Amino acid sequence: MSVLTPAMQAAVGRDGEPRTTIIERGAIERFAAAIGDDNPAYADVAPPTFLRSVGLAIPTLPDSEAVPRVLDGGSEWTYGEPVRPGDAITFVTQMENLIEREGRMGSMLIATYVTRYTNQRGELAATQRNTLIRMPAA
Amino acid sequence: MSTQPYLDDATVGTELPPLVKEPTTRQLVMYAGASGDFYEIHYDKDFAAEQGLPGVILHGALKSAYLGQLMTDWMGAEGQLLSLSVRYREMDVPGDVLTCKGTVVERDEEAGSVRCEIWIENGAGVRTTTGEAVVALPAR
Repeated sequence: MSVLTPAMQAAVGRDGEPRTTIIERGAIERFAAAIGDDNPAYADVAPPTFLRSVGLAIPTLPDSEAVPRVLDGGSEWTYGEPVRPGDAITFVTQMENLIEREGRMGSMLIATYVTRYTNQRGELAATQRNTLIRMPAA
Repeated sequence: MSTQPYLDDATVGTELPPLVKEPTTRQLVMYAGASGDFYEIHYDKDFAAEQGLPGVILHGALKSAYLGQLMTDWMGAEGQLLSLSVRYREMDVPGDVLTCKGTVVERDEEAGSVRCEIWIENGAGVRTTTGEAVVALPAR
């Protein structure tokens, strides 16, 4: 049974609502502690995957109640300007692609999202391409 | 942390110093808090079991963070991480010993950068997580 609906398909290419977050030094410290990385550089700059913590600005996926189980498939980062305490990071996420696939656990949707993160000077800090796998309830 | 590598030293086949991580449920809770990812499969054993999982599992993004540290530990203060790409192939669980490894697979003399294959092996030697990273290294 297909779980990919026309309404879902129509959402491909859509952006979410842009969001802006001020980067706190304490948030960087807690993130570095959580990943177990004591690199002294993180007093002044964020670790490579820190922007996970600001979240994504994902567009709504219609009919998503049919596929409530979500697994993270992976992440591709490209880096620009460093992220530092006090930065105002604006980010927006586009649903880049959505396909259905038969996997070992039945029908699944594979969604790719691209998030662009820019700082208060308008410089690109990073882009993240995420793959999310969505499945019907167990 | 090791000594600063230079572009000339990073020949194809160079192995990165491995990084060993021993994640605990406590660390998953810390990562949930620090990252804002509160999906219950990462800290609620009963919820995870209802989802058909063997128990709580690591956040994929925590494994990306480990591989990020593999790269930043190696490249030193003068290196610059240009990209980091990670795929989660198998689940990982707290209590296991995870080893992050990498090898230089390509050099770009003009850009002053190298591409590395990177991965995480679990305690059974299975590559649960694979990816690649590109870093710029200083010239000597």
